[in-house]
Amino acid sequence: MTMTLTKAELASLLFDNVGLNKREAKEMVESFFEEIRDALEKGDSVKLSGFGNFQLREKPQRPGRNPKTGEEMPISARRVVTFHASQKLKAMVEMVHAGPTDQQQ
Amino acid sequence: MTKSELINRLAERNPHLVAADAELAVKTILDAMVQNLVGGNRIEIRGFGSFSLNFRPPRVGRNPKTGEQVTVEGKHVPHFKAGKELRDRVDFKD
Repeated sequence: MTMTLTKAELASLLFDNVGLNKREAKEMVESFFEEIRDALEKGDSVKLSGFGNFQLREKPQRPGRNPKTGEEMPISARRVVTFHASQKLKAMVEMVHAGPTDQQQ
Repeated sequence: MTKSELINRLAERNPHLVAADAELAVKTILDAMVQNLVGGNRIEIRGFGSFSLNFRPPRVGRNPKTGEQVTVEGKHVPHFKAGKELRDRVDFKD
């Protein structure tokens, strides 16, 4: 059965494995993601060895269309985050999930 | 920012904790994220984004050296979709 990992589960792991109290564990999980957001917001990429890299890409303005009205309107230039899983993570996922039968979405 | 810089920043942010706790916390969080993705679970972090596996169907490829046709098996690859807060914060401010 598939489940979803959320901040609540991560906090309870920190409570169980690191010995932080409930409030500290919750704050640590929040700070972990906040530090990553903060670095990316400042234009700094984030490299977490064994997991993957978060990088920034700047996309120029391009022509687009309002799908409802069909009206042409430019899609503004923007900066977006991309994630590249590490070779290690990709290899582990490939090894466990070889076929299409599990985890289709 | 690397993993060790992230650990240092978390340790500075939490002066009441010992530095080793920040290191163990980062390792615990990343390890849980890896184990859940490998186990086929999704990861959903509100305000940050979600991680899941995408399936790449099998295809007929070519060995670029010999030109020989080869069957490439289907595989799952990790995928990240940024959440709204992260998307808004990294975009250009106007």
